[in-house]
Amino acid sequence: MTDAASKTGAVSARAEKLKARLKGRYAREARFKWFGRGAIAIALAFLAILLTSIVLQGYTAFYTHSLTLPVYMDPARIDQAYPQGTNFEQMVAEQQLVRMGVADDENGSKATAMRNLLSSELKFIAADRIRAQPALIGQTIPLTTPLSDDAEMYLKGKITRETPENLRRVSDQQMQWLDSLKSQGVIRAHFNSALFTKGDSTQPELAGLLGAVIGSALMLTVTALIAIPVGVFAAVWLEEYAPRNRLTAIIEVNINNLAAVPSIVYGLLGVALFINFLHLPRASPLVGGLVLALMALPTIIIATRSSLKAVPPSIRDAALAMGASRTQTVFGHVLPLAMPGVMTGSIISMAHALGETAPLLLIGMISFVPGISAAIDAPGGALPSLIYIWENASERAFHERTAAAILVLLAFMIVMNAAAILLRRRFERRW
Amino acid sequence: MTWIFLIFMAVFAVLSYLGGRRLAVRRSHGVKPHSRPGQHGLYAVIGVLAPAMAILILASVFSAPIERHLMAAGSPEVVEQLEPFRRQAFMADARRVGDGGQALQIWAAPYAELLPTEGRRAHNIHALLQWGGLTASVIAAILGGLFVFLRIRPDLRARNAVEAWVVGILFACATVAVLTTVGIIFSLVYDSLRFFGMVSPLEFLFGTQWSPQIAIRADQVGSSGAFGAVPLFAGTFLIMLIAMAVAAPVGLFSAIYLSEYASKTTRAVVKPLLEVLAGVPTVVYGFFAALTVGPALRVFFNTIGSWLVGGPLDGLGQYLMLVQNQMALVAGCVMGIMLIPFVSSLSDDIMNAVPQSLRDGSYAMGATKSETVKKVLLPAALPGIAGALLLAVSRAIGETMIVTMAAGLAAKLTLNPLETVTTVTVQIVTLLTGDQEFNSPKTLAAFGLGLTLFVVTLILNIVAMRIVATYREQYD
Repeated sequence: MTDAASKTGAVSARAEKLKARLKGRYAREARFKWFGRGAIAIALAFLAILLTSIVLQGYTAFYTHSLTLPVYMDPARIDQAYPQGTNFEQMVAEQQLVRMGVADDENGSKATAMRNLLSSELKFIAADRIRAQPALIGQTIPLTTPLSDDAEMYLKGKITRETPENLRRVSDQQMQWLDSLKSQGVIRAHFNSALFTKGDSTQPELAGLLGAVIGSALMLTVTALIAIPVGVFAAVWLEEYAPRNRLTAIIEVNINNLAAVPSIVYGLLGVALFINFLHLPRASPLVGGLVLALMALPTIIIATRSSLKAVPPSIRDAALAMGASRTQTVFGHVLPLAMPGVMTGSIISMAHALGETAPLLLIGMISFVPGISAAIDAPGGALPSLIYIWENASERAFHERTAAAILVLLAFMIVMNAAAILLRRRFERRW
Repeated sequence: MTWIFLIFMAVFAVLSYLGGRRLAVRRSHGVKPHSRPGQHGLYAVIGVLAPAMAILILASVFSAPIERHLMAAGSPEVVEQLEPFRRQAFMADARRVGDGGQALQIWAAPYAELLPTEGRRAHNIHALLQWGGLTASVIAAILGGLFVFLRIRPDLRARNAVEAWVVGILFACATVAVLTTVGIIFSLVYDSLRFFGMVSPLEFLFGTQWSPQIAIRADQVGSSGAFGAVPLFAGTFLIMLIAMAVAAPVGLFSAIYLSEYASKTTRAVVKPLLEVLAGVPTVVYGFFAALTVGPALRVFFNTIGSWLVGGPLDGLGQYLMLVQNQMALVAGCVMGIMLIPFVSSLSDDIMNAVPQSLRDGSYAMGATKSETVKKVLLPAALPGIAGALLLAVSRAIGETMIVTMAAGLAAKLTLNPLETVTTVTVQIVTLLTGDQEFNSPKTLAAFGLGLTLFVVTLILNIVAMRIVATYREQYD
């Protein structure tokens, strides 16, 4: 009796112990699962923070303000033969002060303050009008001009009154002027079309992306024209023709290693080979495209090989059995069937090349290229290097433009990747 | 001019294709030819284009040196006496004037008069060489056409010839990859050797002083410049460690969750999102690090510092108050974020390669999922995961934009993540984007650093790929 009782007691004690252990094991299981969830949450949170911070910093660059003022084209100040020599900003500023009934001091500091609200673009706008229509001299015409970057930053709320006056670039008086001009409806907010129609400039309010977009497009064209055919042909040789020997093995190892070489090393190759040895023009889309082509080559080869591998051998056997030669088999049957995969891989590697920056800096795309150049062998810009240049600029107004440039770059990449995904969905074939 | 030539060549190629096809049919005389007419056409195209292309490539390679030689041979005494650099500038300006443009520089008395005559001569020589090259190319195309015209017969093995060319072209494309490697090695080694001629490799690899500034005047203080790269290696190592401390746990745990726990829908949502993280260009990460993470972390540490000041940890507080935007921690963290998808997708692949039977065995013994992962899956996948982490390390070492934008330039020998450090890649960019003189050790040092970087990442990659490959074979 006691024996049995102690036995059941021992069993129940063991059962208790096991239960407790089981509880501990399940707790550990749950904890482990939460670690995994936490890791994914962290990764996705990073992504969300990254994208929102860029959107929040960049969206303000997509609108801008311009100022429309009646301007008396003073014949005493404008030289008809050389209108661009006139100090239009000063003239407009003084006229505006008179209109507002503000008396200037003897140093002209009020006029200077007013002038600093206007973009230097005003001069070119006015001079162009005069050159086109010299009869305008002596008349009063409405002129629309962008504001200076500092005025723009105030209107967008990036410079506020909370900062002590001596630490900010817009004085209390200038703020008051801007407020009154805005309430009069003279300053108008609108879509920043200059961002998409102009090239780079040292003045943030005049700087646009078009030059860089064209440069990137030219560069990517060069890259695609070289890397895609060469990469695809190389992959075809390796997958369909190559004898299994030492040379082939070396080429294969070599391609895998090239895919993992840091991009900056390709930049060094570009400097040494294309610029110092072959004397190709520095910072040109041609050199950039060549460097990016060498970089994209291994990824295209790897992608093409895997889609060639996916074509079942029965296709090859059938073609060969019908008397087709090896080349006819490959170009008539295998490659067309592998084409969706090849195109997807190529587009993805082109999107990757579009965002690559480090090699471009080394081949000289770090210097300021004003305006828009569509030449393949002249110094040009590219979107990623422009982002780097603008990020380094000291003017505050360049920050929002940098973020806007990033948004444009990401938009291009999203379009390319979406095209690749669509292509894959539409044409992918499972055997 | 070049366009006219290209259009002419294209038309000529099409005509020779049609002609070859026609000829093959007409000459068959009822005999069944060996190859199909279209293959004869392609044969004709190759016969026309191959010699023309060969001549064109030869001409474009050799015309520049010949031009330089001819210009130097006929130039007047005064020009000959210029220093090489000035002479080059003069010749370039002469070309510009000769082509109807403006000279970039203002030239003094004897040279200003020489500019137009020299310019005309340069223009003529250039035009002569260009015309010569193109004419030779056209003649080669015509001769090739004649050759083909004589050879096309029913028993010509046109298909075999065409296919041999195709295979040759394919092989040539495959060798481009090898040539790239050769090019990388050659260019890095060549300029590195010039650098190591000026700075001893021992000083470079083991010196602890890095200040590559070369003085403009020889007597300036500190004119020699110091090229001890150890601080750069230490900075690179520190940032890599921080990055891996972020990327390895987060990447591994998300891979485990995705491959073992997640439902199909979760996988379908999360995996593409992680791919987005992988597709973001590094310059964007750099911007994020420099303008968002850097200031945020500085404010964070400064605030903690301001709490600590005056307390028992006053010294630490004082230090934290002075932390800057550009600390190693910022670049390291953001680089870690960049590497998360890389680590996660590689480890995911590796864990999926572990056969299901191992998991089933473990479950059958009553193990929970986490026990299976910890005791069975991870030990089985360990070599592969180690390989994946090594590849991530190699990426972290070679990454450029994040560190260029978010880490500093001060070469300090420290392991403190709150200090500003610099890395090998940052220095390469700084040395090569300033004023370049290709015979000063300052510029050449970039190639020495590049060679070191290339060798280290190459070793890491080879080791990692070998580990991953042998591991995969085990279960295949």
